[in-house]
Amino acid sequence: MDFSFTPEQDQLRTQARSFLEKRFPATRLAEIAMSEDGWDRASWPELARLGWTGASIAEAQGGAGLSFVEEAIVFEELGRALYAGPYFSTIALALPALACAPDLLARVASGGLTATLASAVEARRAGDRWLLRGDGDLVPDAGWVDAFVVEARGPDGIGLYLAERHDARPLIRVFDTVDTTRRLGRVTFEDDSARLLAAPPAAAEIIGRTRRRALAALALEAVGIAGFALAVGVEHAKSRQQFGRPIGTYQAVSHKLADTYVETELARSLAYWAAWCIAEDDAQAELAASAAKAYAAEAAVAACERAMQVHGGMGFTWDHPLHRYYKRALGIESFDRSGAAHRADIAQVLLDG
Amino acid sequence: MDLRDGPDEAAFRTTLRAWLESNVPAGLRGFRGWSSPAALALGRDWSRRLAQAGYAGLTWPKEYGGAGQPWRYQAVYLEELARAEAPQHLGVIGLGMAGPTIIAHGRPDQKARYLAKILSAEEIWCQGFSEPGSGSDLASVRTRVELVGDHFLVNGQKVWSSYAQIADRCILLARSAVTDEKHEGLTYLVVDMKSPGVEVRPLRQITGEAEFNEIFFTDVAVPKDNLLGEIGGGWRVAMTTLSHERGTFGFALAGALDVAVRKLVALARDRAGADALVRDRVAREWIDLQALRYTNYRALARLERTGAPGPEGSVAKLRWSEANQRLTKLAIEIVGQESRVADGDGAPAYWRYQQLRSRGNTIEAGTSEILRNIIAERVLGLPRSR
Repeated sequence: MDFSFTPEQDQLRTQARSFLEKRFPATRLAEIAMSEDGWDRASWPELARLGWTGASIAEAQGGAGLSFVEEAIVFEELGRALYAGPYFSTIALALPALACAPDLLARVASGGLTATLASAVEARRAGDRWLLRGDGDLVPDAGWVDAFVVEARGPDGIGLYLAERHDARPLIRVFDTVDTTRRLGRVTFEDDSARLLAAPPAAAEIIGRTRRRALAALALEAVGIAGFALAVGVEHAKSRQQFGRPIGTYQAVSHKLADTYVETELARSLAYWAAWCIAEDDAQAELAASAAKAYAAEAAVAACERAMQVHGGMGFTWDHPLHRYYKRALGIESFDRSGAAHRADIAQVLLDG
Repeated sequence: MDLRDGPDEAAFRTTLRAWLESNVPAGLRGFRGWSSPAALALGRDWSRRLAQAGYAGLTWPKEYGGAGQPWRYQAVYLEELARAEAPQHLGVIGLGMAGPTIIAHGRPDQKARYLAKILSAEEIWCQGFSEPGSGSDLASVRTRVELVGDHFLVNGQKVWSSYAQIADRCILLARSAVTDEKHEGLTYLVVDMKSPGVEVRPLRQITGEAEFNEIFFTDVAVPKDNLLGEIGGGWRVAMTTLSHERGTFGFALAGALDVAVRKLVALARDRAGADALVRDRVAREWIDLQALRYTNYRALARLERTGAPGPEGSVAKLRWSEANQRLTKLAIEIVGQESRVADGDGAPAYWRYQQLRSRGNTIEAGTSEILRNIIAERVLGLPRSR
């Protein structure tokens, strides 16, 4: 039993934190969030050079041959930095399906391919190609990625397909998204051609694995967000003076922050547990990912809400970065299913098994 | 990172689990504290057996009769004890607090005199720290200790002392001098509980049981040899005692919570399996338990690396106490009308007792308010609130 990171993993975290803090200070983050494009495209090759896009990809395909535990460290730090870019989409949502094709993996590792996950209504065969039809809704980073991994029903059931973007196809409408650092869109396929990645029934296993990775990745992002909210809350409570004393001397303030610390640590423990289960393909991976996502999302939302309260009026302003973190946390909370729905799943295992 | 037992831990766990299956006295499974003489008699025998089997002082250095094992063995021990619903060794204050304090601050003759009998459960220890006027503010204790010739004279009153009614010895924090800085002027003694002038009065709790006591000291003579550390240096010694209270404490708490969650799940399956609100709350408690468990494992890794318990101990105590209060209240709701009757030993009586007992959890061993202060000041670096 050893629930600690290796020195190499600690080093990865240190590297990630310092790179992201320098690369995306609060002013830059605000610029990106309010820009038309919504992300800093130039950052993607930098992430690839740091080895983050290929962390779990085999060395033969140009990756580092590591595991989801290393990716977990990156997810947490990207959450803390509120990174706007398709890392979550590419690495959590698309990678398990892309792994069916070594050439695609090599492109992800080198930074040459970003992707997200969408669903379409149907896939039908046309010679040696497949054609997709239908809408995929609420697709993360839809406007940014090079390709879509698509879940669609074919003649034999649900399969996974790859539709690369070319000549303004498929049709994409990016929504006015609450969290402008992770914009959602609708992807419309009108007989767009695609490549089969996984046929049924193998696709079902990949879809299950993808969902677990996504839940754990979001739990880790949520931990990063809670960590940021705690840090700015504490900083403000130390420096802001009222009645001649720092407001952090008042227990009504300090105990709120202590509660944020406690919940952040508990969320972190659950998220690391889920990450380890996924890396090891442990039998508890699904339960752990579900528990971690349900708990960490709520902890991150509460952490941001407490930090806003501690900041007073300033915490409620557009100029303060907190609201962007808050919106990401809310987005994480409503991704996939609510905490209550995850708890219902867990209750089923506990009470009906 | 590997969340599985290593080969040595797995072997230790397997042996211990089998040993517990054949050794936990039937009368002590799911026991309610040491308040009845019958439980105490069983407890003494149980503790001796634990010691003989080598399960007392797992982390104590070998030179003092311990097993010299890393902390993870103590963690496995506490998990397995909880799993078997077996009570801890009766001498937990000696094993977890007095013993490590004596190892850190005691003279060779003191180590020789006290440590072996703590391990063997021949001598039971209690703690004389809190007073009627000094709870969270421990440094304000007023029990007086003065050096008169070749012995100390102790006068005063201590309170909330578990095991005092059966204890042979007491670790006592008392005031030897009135100083401007109240942390100075404190002295730490070992007091023989059979000394003339020591009077123990059990305190009855809201459950009706009496697990803890008041101790009155009236002109109690304590040999000079029983001084631990230096006269006026008691605060530092007391801090050693309290830091050990937090070492693997979290594992004992998560173990207890694990038992409670299992029983809650069984109760809900039995009586409220279809109620969506109950299902949501049961799942919440299960998630909280996992969060606490894995936080303990992270704390354990840090403890083994640095040798010092981190802030996770405060986190574990804070969240366990609140979880146990919520959980037992949920159980009472599920039990419903019958929870008003305390008869017998079925589910209603069990949960009624647990729910009432849980109210002490946010007070004993550091109130939730003090724990939040500790986190705010020592972990987050916020300015002191007083």
